[in-house]
Order: sequence, then structure tokens, then C-alpha cells
Amino acid sequence: MTDTLQDPEICPLGVDGVLVRFAQSLSDNANARALHFRDQAEAAAIAGVIEVASSLVSVRIGFDPSVTDRKTITAAVHRLLSGPTSGDAMPQRLWHIPACFSADHAPQLADAAELAGCTVEDAIAQISSQQVRVMAIGFAPGQPYLGLLPDHWNIPRQSALTEKLPRGALICAVRQLIVWAAEAPTGWRHIGQTAFRVYLPDTDRPFAFQPGDAVQFAAVSATDFAAIQNDPTTNGGARCEVLR
Amino acid sequence: MPVLTLHKAGPGLTVQDLGRSGWKAQGLSTGGGADPLAVLEAAALLGTGTDLAVIEMMALGGTFSVSEGTYIALTGAVMQAEIDGTAVPHNTTQYLPAGAKLTIGAVSKGVYGYLALAGGITTAPIMDSRATHLTAGIGKLLAAGDRLPIGADPDRARIPVNLPIDDRFAGGVLRVMPGPQTGSFSGQMLAAFSETTFRRNPRGNRQGIRLDYDGKGFGTQGGLTLVSDLIVPGDIQMTGDGVPYVLLAECQTIGGYPRIGSVIPADLSKVAQAAPGTTLRFQFLSVAEADATATTQAAQLRQLKDRCAPVLRDPHDIADLLGYQLISGVTRGDDLERP
Repeated sequence: MTDTLQDPEICPLGVDGVLVRFAQSLSDNANARALHFRDQAEAAAIAGVIEVASSLVSVRIGFDPSVTDRKTITAAVHRLLSGPTSGDAMPQRLWHIPACFSADHAPQLADAAELAGCTVEDAIAQISSQQVRVMAIGFAPGQPYLGLLPDHWNIPRQSALTEKLPRGALICAVRQLIVWAAEAPTGWRHIGQTAFRVYLPDTDRPFAFQPGDAVQFAAVSATDFAAIQNDPTTNGGARCEVLR
Repeated sequence: MPVLTLHKAGPGLTVQDLGRSGWKAQGLSTGGGADPLAVLEAAALLGTGTDLAVIEMMALGGTFSVSEGTYIALTGAVMQAEIDGTAVPHNTTQYLPAGAKLTIGAVSKGVYGYLALAGGITTAPIMDSRATHLTAGIGKLLAAGDRLPIGADPDRARIPVNLPIDDRFAGGVLRVMPGPQTGSFSGQMLAAFSETTFRRNPRGNRQGIRLDYDGKGFGTQGGLTLVSDLIVPGDIQMTGDGVPYVLLAECQTIGGYPRIGSVIPADLSKVAQAAPGTTLRFQFLSVAEADATATTQAAQLRQLKDRCAPVLRDPHDIADLLGYQLISGVTRGDDLERP
């Protein structure tokens, strides 16, 4: 990826927040810079900072206005941005998540493959051979935006919205994948199905993913997928490998 | 453990506190009371901390009773309320005896009313908060027949207090600060936005409210497509057709629509309490002016506690005046029901 990046912009976002924005459009590079800056800002433990939250291309530093102020936080941001960026962009964790691409679990896979200019078999091979990164989490709690897929996966959202999708649906648009967790209509295409729950509100660790995690989907047969769905001892058969 | 029983429930009743912060990057907005100031007012009246959990009532209340007498307070939107036929004043601590029926009716001013009990609602916290977050699947709408655990009133001998408040139920001017996408709108568009009178559309909920207006839509220059970015409550989001929404406590955490600015937290309760049809205008502040209004909920609670004053009762309003021991001292008149 060789996109050119502008200097980061520092903007207000709320009376208790500073947003550092690394690009105006999404790229692997801009996302990696945002995630790296998130790590830097957290590690810096700036006095009065109560939340460091990353999105696709930006990071918001939320602060306690009774302890610090915008000027102090902005100065700290400038120091971090001017320091060495020797940060390790390697993921800390790699998730292996079974996904089923059989026709009844992937009603729009053929449609998506055609838009991407490949066969269904190639599409499955491409989706399940590539590691994607959790670029951001949002829209619904714990729901990951995974990417980026190769350029030919820059397929548009469909104009007619799908009213409801099963939880764990693997959906695709604009070079990204989502493991769906929302109760809302979407224009993304349903290309596979996982039994993975990204959000478990009643548990000690309610959110499976952290921004920056790597994810690899493993294609499984409909029979194996049914067994995974019926196994209450795992979260959709997923395995989390700690890399560093 | 004492219990609050719901005998009747309006359609928009939930348990709320000040929400759960710190999960923005995981896609979970803070949530909590749509009018956080009303939750703080209840905490000030009842002498609790900022962790008080209350019942939020959208537009319509319900009928309630408690298994153990407790002081209560009604804050936020004005809703007509009675305890066994006797009117309950707003923003005032009031004793609710065990078994008495507290009836809270329809809203007369504002949108979100709050019923707070001195010991708080004590349902099990999830991620350190008791706030119902419907879009995140945390908690649920309350219904008739529900029984909620409550804490015992730690001070049933307290002196009743009242908290005078400024009217925030009539809309008016909302102060707005610039945000990351304000620069995507032309100066002309920003000026037009400040000069427009908006009306709250009937569509709205804890996620945000939609605004109506006469005139052209508010769009960004050249229909700029933006990468999705972080949202804070108060953000004024322009959807594709130029219709503004002001986002509230239970908003999404990231979104791709441009936001022209952000209503400052000090004015956000006015947004939440604007009933459909209420007129609203926006006034841009500089970042420095907006920052000067920043405060914390703990600091707000301290200030509100300082403004609480003992209830002075007018002798004309006391039906059983002769029943009081006027010579030897003052009683509250309900001593016999106290343990």
C-alpha cells in the first residue's frame, strides 16, 4: 500500500475530547497509523485522559476537564506525533473463525463474486485465505469492520436493504467484511455465515475483538457448521492465537 | 431486600443511571438517562452519589408501590403525580409509605421524567452500570408486573428538600461547538444553519431526534463522501437528504454522515426534553467558549446539592394544621408510619 498520507489533523470532538485524524479516506496505511497512535496514546498514560478510542482513520482522546484541558492534551498529542513511530504494526492476536459458504448460508455469495469478477469457488478461497484486520469496531457493540480485501472486492452496497440478517452473518462491501451483530437493515451482501458472537454482554469479557486483531476465516462444510452451531462449549468454534 | 412493584407501566420505562463510559472503541455508546441532568438532580435531592439508578419514563409514567417506605424524588419532565390521591411536587423529596400507590400520569412539560428512590434501583450491574441500553441488548423495557430490587432508604428521618431548576423544557437556543466535519460545510451553509428555526419532529428516541425546518437542505460541499468516524452525543448529523438529527445518549459510536457541529453537554438536556413541535435554534460557539462550559458530573452534583433547600410549607397548604404540635416542635406528620 503506497498511499500518501497527509499530516494528522487535530480537531475538537466534544468539550472533553480531541480527535486526531490521519486521513480523509480509508486505507490500510491510515488505519495502521490510527491503531498505532491509539497504542502510543494509551502507553503514554497522559494525566487526566479517561478514554482512548480508535476508529477507522482516527483516534479520540477523551479527558476529564476537571484535571486537564484541551491545550495540555493537544501538546501531549504533538509530542507523541513527533516522536519515533517505530511501533510494531503486527497484530497481537489472530482469530481463526469457522465460516460456512454453502448456498443456504450464503445467499448473496454468487452475486458478490460476480461483482468482484471471480467464481464462487475463487471467492471462497480468497475470503478464507487472507488474514484481515479489525480496522474498527462499531455500528453495533463489538461488531468489527475487517479489511482490507484486494481492490477487486471494492463492490458497492446494494441499494435495496436487507431487513434482517442472522447474528454472525459474514457480509461484504467496499473491500471490507463484517461479522454482523446488529438488529438493523443493511446494504452489505450476505456471503457466508459464522456462529461467532462478537458481543457477550453478560460475561466478564463482553467484547471478543480489539481493534488491530487479525482474523482468518476457515471454510467449513454445512455438516461441520451444524455441529459447531450445536456445540455450546465454544464461541462458534473460534480460536484466538496470541502472537506477541 | 425492599422491592419496587410496577402495577401499570407506560410504553417507555427503563432503568437508567449515568451510563457506562469507556467502551466507545468497542462500539458501545455510554447511554444512560436521556436527560443526565435530571438523574443528577435526583441524586442531589436524595443525597446519593453519581451512581444512582432511577426509572426513566418517556412521555408517560405508571403506577408504583414499594415494600418498604422510602423517600423519592420526581425530576426531569413534569408529569402529574399522586400518592394515594395527594399531589406529589416536582423536584422535591417526598416520603412514599410502604404499600401506598404512587401514580404518575402523562407528561405536561418535556419528554423524559424520572422516578428516583433514595436507595436506588439495585438490579445487577452490567459493565459497571445499571443503565438499560436497548440497542445494545442490555436490559429491557419495563412492564406491568415487574418487581425491581431497591436499596433501603438510608435516612428516613431526613428533612424534605426542594431543588429549584431552570426551565429546560421549552426548547430555545442550543449552543453548538465545531467538530471534525464542520469545515466540510460552507460558511454560507453554516450561517444559514444558525439562522434557521427548527422544530422537533415526532420521530425521535433515546438515540436522537429529527428536526424539521423550512427551506433548502444542509449538505456538505460537493457531496463529499466521508469515511466513518467517531460520534459523541450532541453531534448534529446531516443525513443524505440534508435532514438534521441531534444525537443523544444511546447513539451509535461511529457514523458516515457529516456532522455540522455538536450541541454542548450543558444544553443537551434541552434537546432531550424538547417535545415534538418545540422550536430550536443553534448558536455556534468558538472551541474556547465551548470548553469553558466543560464540567464533570461529580462537580455538577456538588453544585446541585448546594442548591437544595429545606421545603418551606405554607400553613395554608397544610390541611391538618391543628394536628401539628405547633408549640413543642415540628413533626413531619407521618411519624406513625416510620419504624
